[in-house]
Amino acid sequence: MGNAISVQELRFSYPSQSGEPPVLVFDGLNVNIEEGSFVAVLGHNGCGKSTLAKQCNAILLPEGGSVQVFGMDTRDEAQLLEIRRTVGMVFQNPDNQLVANVVEEDVAFAPENLGVPSEEIRRRVDDALKTVGMYDYRTHAPHLLSGGQKQRVAIAGVIAMQPRCIVLDEPTAMLDPIGREDVIRTIEKLNRENGITVILITHHMTEAVRADRVIVMSEGRILTDGTPKEVFTQVELLKSAGLDVPATTQIIYELNRADFDLPLDALSTEECAQALYDALKEVKA
Amino acid sequence: MLKDVTLGQYFPGNTIVHRLDPRTKLLMTLLYIVTLFLCKWFVSYGLMLAFLITAIVLSKIRPKALFKGLKPLIIIIVFTAVINLFYTDGRVLAQFWIFKITAEGVRNAFFLVLRIMMLVTGTFLLTYTTSPIALTDGLESLLSPLKKLRFPVHELAMMMSIALRFIPTLIEETDKIISAQKARGADFETGNIFRRAKALIPILVPLFVSAFRRADELATAMECRCYHGGEGRTKLKQLKYHTRDILGLLLALCLLAGVIVLRYFAL
Amino acid sequence: MAAIIEVRDLCHTYSVGTPFEHDAIKHMEFTVEKGEFLGVIGHTGSGKSTLIQHLNGLLKPTSGDVLLGGESIWKDKQTTRRARFRVGLVFQYPEYQLFEDTVFKDIAFGPKNMGLKEDEIRQRVLRAAGFAGVDAAVLEKSPFDLSGGQKRRVAIAGVIAMEPEIVIFDEPTAGLDPAGRVSLLENIRAYQKATGATVLMVSHSMDDVAALADRLLVLNEGRIEMLGAPSEVFARAERLQEIGLTVPQVTSLFLRLKELGLPVDPATYTLEDALRQLLRLKGGAGC
Repeated sequence: MGNAISVQELRFSYPSQSGEPPVLVFDGLNVNIEEGSFVAVLGHNGCGKSTLAKQCNAILLPEGGSVQVFGMDTRDEAQLLEIRRTVGMVFQNPDNQLVANVVEEDVAFAPENLGVPSEEIRRRVDDALKTVGMYDYRTHAPHLLSGGQKQRVAIAGVIAMQPRCIVLDEPTAMLDPIGREDVIRTIEKLNRENGITVILITHHMTEAVRADRVIVMSEGRILTDGTPKEVFTQVELLKSAGLDVPATTQIIYELNRADFDLPLDALSTEECAQALYDALKEVKA
Repeated sequence: MLKDVTLGQYFPGNTIVHRLDPRTKLLMTLLYIVTLFLCKWFVSYGLMLAFLITAIVLSKIRPKALFKGLKPLIIIIVFTAVINLFYTDGRVLAQFWIFKITAEGVRNAFFLVLRIMMLVTGTFLLTYTTSPIALTDGLESLLSPLKKLRFPVHELAMMMSIALRFIPTLIEETDKIISAQKARGADFETGNIFRRAKALIPILVPLFVSAFRRADELATAMECRCYHGGEGRTKLKQLKYHTRDILGLLLALCLLAGVIVLRYFAL
Repeated sequence: MAAIIEVRDLCHTYSVGTPFEHDAIKHMEFTVEKGEFLGVIGHTGSGKSTLIQHLNGLLKPTSGDVLLGGESIWKDKQTTRRARFRVGLVFQYPEYQLFEDTVFKDIAFGPKNMGLKEDEIRQRVLRAAGFAGVDAAVLEKSPFDLSGGQKRRVAIAGVIAMEPEIVIFDEPTAGLDPAGRVSLLENIRAYQKATGATVLMVSHSMDDVAALADRLLVLNEGRIEMLGAPSEVFARAERLQEIGLTVPQVTSLFLRLKELGLPVDPATYTLEDALRQLLRLKGGAGC
């Protein structure tokens, strides 16, 4: 399959505020996101993750280099709406992205903007709400929903555009564990069942582990890029970038330093438990 | 607590009054108000009252809820009544010191109070039976001819619906900020008016900062969802007139005509 | 040790007499020891936020009482007001309460409201800024020019500057990145060590509370579900999951190891403890 998003030699800086020099974010960034993949982007605050997200649907435009979205150049103004329809975006604060005061009206917002006929909007809204598991709440007011529910409504609002790619900028940062799990499960489902390319920006390693590919960013550059197993085994590198590693990796890493010989890529609790069991079962006997 | 304030007081239901097209309801309310101002005497007021009561009964809204809406207006009602009672010239009924009560004054005061109460109850019935979003849609549709005059109808409707969406959020936020500042020992209850006004700064500044931040994020989110003004926009729920809407409008027009006729006979 | 907070048969009902009436807190009773670090956990709607707002008198109990150092905070108006200063409450996302034009003035807001002298205020602001990790260089800057993490530290300093005997943190690390989280928790721990203050911390993150708390208070639907040492609480992992909570990843790993048949303590919740046990097991093999 081809690339959903292709970033080439991207240069970008935020304009200066009150006389200070402009803040350079990217200076020659290259990254490709393959169509149909589920990519997690990690990095400390201010490393450029959110800026990269906004480059993906032409909210921000490159100063140098280019960003191609399914073959469309983000600087091509004639294709602006098509770019935004193709790459949907979900933000951190669910309160600040819901427009209407009824759930279904909010989900209908994007198709309405796109001039989709009424019956087709109805169908899309119902489908989108069913996909995220919020159909029963379609006539509720958003401010009465929990954080996780609001965020799923926001996702439904994006799916209703029938995008080929969704970029989520820390969608779980403000949620409790239940809401977080619901949102991540919804995202996984969109990727696996609907074939939508997903770019998930997050701080939570437990979420990143569930992606196909993890990109770690630092100071506007890509620090490391690979499968979760390839990335999380680089414990020192991650720590130097101000990131956590999952507790399981941490344990295996420390034990290996103390004369164990465990596979560092046992990421899930189950894999880690099995590895430890295999290493220690003779002891018990 | 601010949270207890009821806003956009819409009581969901499925009565004929609820099902009327919002445009019909807006127009009927407008006609009702105009008619109310043309009423002269008991007969026309009686006719209007019958219309209002029928609408209330059909809507299944509890009269208690309607009276609750009148409560904040008691001062205005009493004030107008008193002014009219004392300051209308005519046949003197009673007199003390510089005040005198005239028969015309009593009549004027009575009709005015009745008019205000019927006016308020009628408009409340509209908001109680029409969801804010339907109301906005209705208004947008009714005003759409003004688009030709470059009047920003769509933008206005969009602003209204965003305001409706964010009022509860901002109220909640205000509550939180008040609590947070109270926890730092802020005192909003004592001192003279200047001290109290100054005490509001720790609430207003964070509230404005947050409102701007929200507005900024919302604008980006709307752009991401392909918002580009009202041009070429479609609607999830298209407004459609039904037979009941035509009947409703005819009824309101008949009422208007009736009251105009009654005016000739000073009834 | 003496109890500093006593919560007695506390009930709170919101919107009494309206269709929205609901009991947020039902007959809660517990005490907090002087100088302890109590973690408060519970899923959204369990009554956590309502509870903490009772401890400094922001909310008045529908019934029951809250005692501070043996005295009801509702005894008279003065006592209630004093409770605000004795119990510092850092709300969730406290950076949204900043309003002054300089960081210094914002931190000084609480002490000023206490009616302290200029000198005393100055000292307290500097001390609090130090504890909260606010760089002295930014004190004269506008708080609105700082980064999100820095703003949060300023807001925390604003509460600490009142030098309360008890500090309550509501989700202090929400939305921070891992490095920011670790460093803020370190500041909180150091603050408690240095001042001996009693600390209550509300959190969704089991890893955060597990690392810091002496005891955990688990709430569920407005009632106390568990109260005890982290090892006691995490030993009941199944019940925690039933009420919508998780256990630290280390605990779930050790639960699984126990299931597999290794002789480990399933209520292990810190990394250090986990490593110690695993190394001992390995060491046992050599003998």
